[in-house]
Amino acid sequence: MQDCRLVADTIACRRGDRILFRGLSLAVRGGEIVHLAGPNGIGKSSLIRILAGLLRPYAGSVERSGSLALSDERLALDGHLPLDRALGFWRGIDGTHGQQPDFGLANLLDVPVRYLSTGQRKRAALARVAASEASIWLLDEPLNGLDTHWSCMAQLAIDAHRKAGGAVILASHQSLSIDHVTTVKLLDYSA
Amino acid sequence: MIRRLWPIFVRDLTLLTRGAQGRGGAVLPLLFFLAVAMLFPFAVGPDARLLARTGAGVIWVAALLAAILPLDRLVEPDVEAGFFDQWALRGLSEEALLLSRIVAHWISFGLPLMIAAPISAGLLSLDAAQLRTVEIGLLLGTPGLAAIGVTIAALTAGLRAGSALGGLLAIPLTVPLLIFGAGSLQPDGEGGLALLAACSLVALAVAPFAGGAAIRAGRE
Repeated sequence: MQDCRLVADTIACRRGDRILFRGLSLAVRGGEIVHLAGPNGIGKSSLIRILAGLLRPYAGSVERSGSLALSDERLALDGHLPLDRALGFWRGIDGTHGQQPDFGLANLLDVPVRYLSTGQRKRAALARVAASEASIWLLDEPLNGLDTHWSCMAQLAIDAHRKAGGAVILASHQSLSIDHVTTVKLLDYSA
Repeated sequence: MIRRLWPIFVRDLTLLTRGAQGRGGAVLPLLFFLAVAMLFPFAVGPDARLLARTGAGVIWVAALLAAILPLDRLVEPDVEAGFFDQWALRGLSEEALLLSRIVAHWISFGLPLMIAAPISAGLLSLDAAQLRTVEIGLLLGTPGLAAIGVTIAALTAGLRAGSALGGLLAIPLTVPLLIFGAGSLQPDGEGGLALLAACSLVALAVAPFAGGAAIRAGRE
């Protein structure tokens, strides 16, 4: 896996009139996992979007080398297409064909995406992230809606990505059961 | 860039022509366009001279309204589903994406309108020369309509009353196309075609950048 790095330098985030957090710095390199923790509304999702470059930070800067993959509450899969073709659309754009973890979706590949359950949609999003073969994974609440078994499997996949030299930043209010995780508590930076 | 844009263009085209996910496809604007031409003679009476004099203008009004019809489905669903975020993550510029969408939108409504125009012309008893001018006018004008449509769709994506607002915004912006398009059918009005083409080119040149800026601003 290519060398990757994502560094945020003293960033602040403002939504509307409110400063959600300020002075937050974090760095993640290949082989590292950062867990953004904190209660609802503290700015985890906004931080993920800032790190993804989709939202401009109110202050500070984000530097990145390496390709990004994002999974948030927006699935970005065509609802009317069978799962296989919906995922295939992104494989076509990314030009990837490798065998990636399928998160137990093998027998759902011919089911239209709109018929998938909450947990299955979350797994489809993770499969899309894994299939992109990007080195940096940004995951916003990746374990929401997953049952105990798949929550465990998803964490194993995240850990496998770390072991393969990838970097992961994940926002979750749940605690993780994998090792080598650096936790960043957003509450410490809230304004 | 082109290699990665191609699957996106194919998807745009399939969604806009065949319709899915709440998009009506190319059939609805086409039926609308034909319905106007069909109903107009019922409303004003079968006087062939009157129809021939007003028919071309009616064709242009119908084309304009048919272009407004699919506005709320052009960009909004893909912003909502996170497609534009994912494309941005992959370094694809919004401008290129919207240009692809303008082309796809034009193929899905401009081309069908041009194919349907002879039928409309028959219903409105236009002669061959007028039909020729209408077809040339549509060829020159509908790309501009597509460009304005995609810009407005990008601007109103994510707004609650987006579709109503979109129609309202489109009307003043498309008036120049209507004036020159219908004007070119007046006696000695062929000069209108050049002005129509000019309006179309301006709209095409501005649209990807205006729409791209709108989508980026919508993320804030």
